[in-house]
Amino acid sequence: MSEPVIEFKNYSFHYRAQEKPTLYNIDLRITKGEKILIAGPSGSGKSTIVHCINGLIPHYYKGESTGELLIHGEKAENLKIFDRSKIIGTVLQDSDGQFVGQSVGEDIAFALENECTTQPEMKDIVDRVSKIVNINRHLENAPQEISGGQKQRVSLAGVLVDDVDILLFDEPLANLDPATGRYTMELIDRLSKETGKTIIIVEHRLEDVLWCPIDRVIVMNDGRIVADEPPDQILSTGLLRQYGIREPLYITSLSYAGIQITPEMHPSHINTLKMDVVRQPLLRWYQQIPPSEAESQAESILSLQNVSFSYDGLHEVLHHIRFDIHKGEMSAIVGKNGAGKSTLCKLICGFEKPCSGDIIMNGKNLNGVSIRDRANTVGYVMQNPNQMISKVLIREEVGLGLKLRDVDPQEIEERVNAVLQICGLYPFRNWPISALSYGQKKRVTIASILVLEPQIILLDEPTAGQDFRHYTEIMEFLQTLQERGLTILLITHDMHLMLEYTRRAIVIADGRLICDDSPARVLSDLNIIRPADLKETSLFTLAEKACLDDPLNFVQCFIDYDRRVRKTWHQ
Amino acid sequence: MASVKMLSYIKRDSPIHRLCGVTKLYTFLVWTIVCMLSYDTRVLLVVMALSIIIFYLAKIKLEEVRFVLLFILFFLLLNNITIYLFSPEEGVKIYGTRHVLFQFTNRYTVTKEQLFYLFNVTLKYFTVVPIALLFIVTTDPSEFASSLSRIGISYRISYAVSITLRYIADIQSDYHNISQSQQARGVDLSKNVPLRKRIAGISSIAVPLIFSSLDRIELISNAMDLRGFGKKEKRTWYCARPFQRIDSIVIIGVTLFGLAALIITFHDGTRFYNPFI
Repeated sequence: MSEPVIEFKNYSFHYRAQEKPTLYNIDLRITKGEKILIAGPSGSGKSTIVHCINGLIPHYYKGESTGELLIHGEKAENLKIFDRSKIIGTVLQDSDGQFVGQSVGEDIAFALENECTTQPEMKDIVDRVSKIVNINRHLENAPQEISGGQKQRVSLAGVLVDDVDILLFDEPLANLDPATGRYTMELIDRLSKETGKTIIIVEHRLEDVLWCPIDRVIVMNDGRIVADEPPDQILSTGLLRQYGIREPLYITSLSYAGIQITPEMHPSHINTLKMDVVRQPLLRWYQQIPPSEAESQAESILSLQNVSFSYDGLHEVLHHIRFDIHKGEMSAIVGKNGAGKSTLCKLICGFEKPCSGDIIMNGKNLNGVSIRDRANTVGYVMQNPNQMISKVLIREEVGLGLKLRDVDPQEIEERVNAVLQICGLYPFRNWPISALSYGQKKRVTIASILVLEPQIILLDEPTAGQDFRHYTEIMEFLQTLQERGLTILLITHDMHLMLEYTRRAIVIADGRLICDDSPARVLSDLNIIRPADLKETSLFTLAEKACLDDPLNFVQCFIDYDRRVRKTWHQ
Repeated sequence: MASVKMLSYIKRDSPIHRLCGVTKLYTFLVWTIVCMLSYDTRVLLVVMALSIIIFYLAKIKLEEVRFVLLFILFFLLLNNITIYLFSPEEGVKIYGTRHVLFQFTNRYTVTKEQLFYLFNVTLKYFTVVPIALLFIVTTDPSEFASSLSRIGISYRISYAVSITLRYIADIQSDYHNISQSQQARGVDLSKNVPLRKRIAGISSIAVPLIFSSLDRIELISNAMDLRGFGKKEKRTWYCARPFQRIDSIVIIGVTLFGLAALIITFHDGTRFYNPFI
């Protein structure tokens, strides 16, 4: 058996500021060259494990630990954070926030600078390492000039300059569009094959991580390890669903079809899945699903007519965008990072003005209508709730928009209470916002927009960085709003979200609208997937591999079935 | 987005950009001292001419700094008006003569001396502003930090300066986004609302900005620790610019020039140049 590089022995940890321990009796042995995935819902302790390994515990986060943690056979408490940085390279989740240099080259060199490496030697190393992660053509670029995926590669290069043995990735896929996420996984896989480094990935997007082979999946819940097995085994147990981790969509469809998943079927990747066993049951299942009735289209509420936009008057970032949003719809605007999705949002809210074209709301042209007046019909919810919240108490925050509109205090009280009821926040109305969870804060920001009674709300990445439970919570909540007649427009690059909750996807690539169709169709068409950096849904791949006659129809049937299941499950 | 990037490093290749950060800092300080001390119109005119030439050499376009420039001009105007309102006879006091051009009221007369004094104040602005702007927009923050540490300032302090500059652009765009979303909720920062409301409005933008910046700081400091920042007494700089001969020449030149300017200003015992006697 090969030597362990990291070994937790009956290890527990208790943060100083917390009431209860965060890790209980962890026993975990990671050997050299292994590829490990640590999965679990938020608050399960997976970030804490990362901090224990890379030394932020106890360097930055203080607390009590019992048991033993060995790194390369040495007691962790004898290794300072700086010693560990020579052995373990950590790539954090927020690739923008961890970018400390003024340029790509400088950021990669950061660790070398701290080691007092001479300038010529630094240039050599940066040159070599940047080639490994394929960022060598951007060394001069500032962080604002490169994409999220590129920034992540810069972070990776920044830890590779030290010849570390262990690479630790903290939610590497959270802020990436699907195609970039896939590229990241392939890069990690290549590094592991070529250099034999030990890889530890913390992520809850299981399907995306399993795109490349993983040796073991560690499932955490409530500070304990509840499973530690190869992916084929894990996917056969149904454990994932039990602990609030989303299993790959094709696995869900197999269980819907009543197929008993076993490790021998090699379910961890769609390419290894034994198709001959699943074909017949899948076919039988999908033929008995009644088609969903076509929905009648409501009248248009928002209409973009030939809208073009440029920040500097020279380079157009949006070209002739036209689409209609119908009353009561939930639709998604999708496309790669930087394609112009957020700009489109800003135009609709009036934060920026189109260079040409019109935005029509309820038959009225919005040109010249102020930001504030538009907000009475279109509400905008930012991605990060911390960027919207400015008051201490929930009711103050929610009532802010009304107070600023000089609404009578009595009426404010009534409307705030009504909205808090809808959002399930009424019991907390007098709480300080700081006591809420991220998902609840998100609700507060949605409530503070809803109170203005807009007809449409626009949400920027409503579920980014959320685990499956919070994701479901937020999306089910939005769905209840939709059922009350609200029109909802989402910006997202979460393919699951798009398939599960929206009926329509507006795809933007390089500033152009390239498709406006059902999510099933969008995610099954390579001509749209490629330019928009999306990813073919695994359901489509499954249907193709299993030789079902109409793969697209299979995807649509799955979605309809899944919606019905969730609905009954909800009632 | 033009306004978002209004006061940050503009990458370009020019003789000014190629100078070492220390040289630029030194020049900026000498310039400031001369402009603060001197009211000698002849000196100021020469220094201003030089400032404009240097600005031209740096290949920075006026529109790139337009917003800041307009902002400063506005303050200049404000400054001149308040000087006149509070001290309409300041020029007479300084120059010792009184040539009345015309009169508004008993207190507010317009004299040649006052106009000349205000002209000098304006000149000071025009002398120091181009150099101050250039210092900011032509100095790569990291390179500047490396220069500071070379002249003996702890790298922890100089790196703090540089990292602040790195995140200015991000915080500006955060500010921009937050302010837009708060405006949508009804925050009004325009002149149409009373001051009290405007202050409340600003706080509703500042609070989220501060909290999201605090999150950012925690992240950065962790990221830096994880990569060994502060491990050794010294560190090197990837983008350090060697101190070249041209830098020595510029520093000597600027020193001599500064001394000459001050000597000319003060040789007659007063810092004012008086054309009225």
